[in-house]
Amino acid sequence: MEGVKPTPSQTVGPYYGMRLARPGENVVAAGGERAAIRVVGGVMDGDGAPIEDALVELWQANPAGRYHHPADARAEAPLDAAFTGFGRATTSLVERHFWFDTVKPGRVPAPDGSLQAPHLSLVVQARGMLRPVFTRLYFDDEARANAEDFVLTRVPELRRRTLVATSVSVEGRLVYRFDVRFQGPDETVFFAFEE
Amino acid sequence: MKPGGSRGLHHPPFRFPAYRSTVKRSPEHPLVRVPRTLSEVTGPGPMFSERTPPEDDLTTNLATGTPAIGERSIVTGRVLDEHGAPVPGMLVEVWQADASGRYAHAREKDFPAPRDPNFSGQGACRTDAEGVYRFTTVKPGPYPWGNHDNAWRPSHIHFSVLGPSLLTRLVTQMYFPGDPLLALDPIFAAVPEAARPRLVAAYDHSVTRPNWALGYRFDIVLAGATETPREEPSAWKA
Repeated sequence: MEGVKPTPSQTVGPYYGMRLARPGENVVAAGGERAAIRVVGGVMDGDGAPIEDALVELWQANPAGRYHHPADARAEAPLDAAFTGFGRATTSLVERHFWFDTVKPGRVPAPDGSLQAPHLSLVVQARGMLRPVFTRLYFDDEARANAEDFVLTRVPELRRRTLVATSVSVEGRLVYRFDVRFQGPDETVFFAFEE
Repeated sequence: MKPGGSRGLHHPPFRFPAYRSTVKRSPEHPLVRVPRTLSEVTGPGPMFSERTPPEDDLTTNLATGTPAIGERSIVTGRVLDEHGAPVPGMLVEVWQADASGRYAHAREKDFPAPRDPNFSGQGACRTDAEGVYRFTTVKPGPYPWGNHDNAWRPSHIHFSVLGPSLLTRLVTQMYFPGDPLLALDPIFAAVPEAARPRLVAAYDHSVTRPNWALGYRFDIVLAGATETPREEPSAWKA
């Protein structure tokens, strides 16, 4: 072991399901709440085919815009102890797609003092990926907030749509569709977050 | 990690053609660089670690008490941040093949080696105040895979750590010292050469317990999961 240099990433492989993304971990919040939503999507390879063994991890603020984390101590945004904001799902959940039941997050502050648009942070890994990709899901019914978002406005304009989920109402429930694409004309924007 | 610093020296690239599946599962555009926000300096690690019960002994069938077969091994180490400070209270999750190289997973393709019904193959434990984690397991066996002709994965244990923030997310693999398969493995070789030794555990006789189990030490340093990928290493061929 040398010094304190970062441990390199390795692929999650095909068998992470023995431990990660256990049954129920994709339900971040049960239904019935006012802000309840479902997110459904595929993770598409370079041929546009849905990957059957991807791991999708979700991290988000609660509807008041507060993260369940010691670095977010803002008293003005109340914490809901029952809402963790974390979920894990595989793309084997339904027809090579992942899904999460959760709530729509509130707006959280950006470094420049503005408010970010509501968004979900997603981390995607799979067999054949030597390291994770980090992306964000924004909501198509938040056009005004999206137009001024601290991160989204730093994305080349033509690629911003790859980060905006499409809403449909299914049997009274708001469902957002969000596909992650590794290659091709609609390749999803993946981020390097810098200091 | 600061722009222009040690970026790209630690992690493998997204695309490494000798590991065939990377070709269609890697982005073609460069990562879009943006400043980190509250969404990235927070993360699920602290909360999820606190809520998940530990299971740090993989070697016993919990239903029957029957021991798993294989080289009983203690794997321990510290989880550190990029400044070398211990990261306490953090959940370390592991999964691995049994001593024959078989995974207890429905997706596993059959290979003619006996599966050990008494080996759970997965576990979790939390780091203590000094950042130390510790598992009791059996050494996993190598197993064949379809990447190229006569391809075998070296013995390895998968590790997952969420870490203190979203950006410290780390999934990696721990290998065993002296394994001749390491030199033939494209997943290991995808890591920049100088960083490869960090993935190989050290045999540690002070961890070995007499008449019980061999000891291995494997430290984990969390930092910079979104560094920009380096160019593909050119010296290695399948």
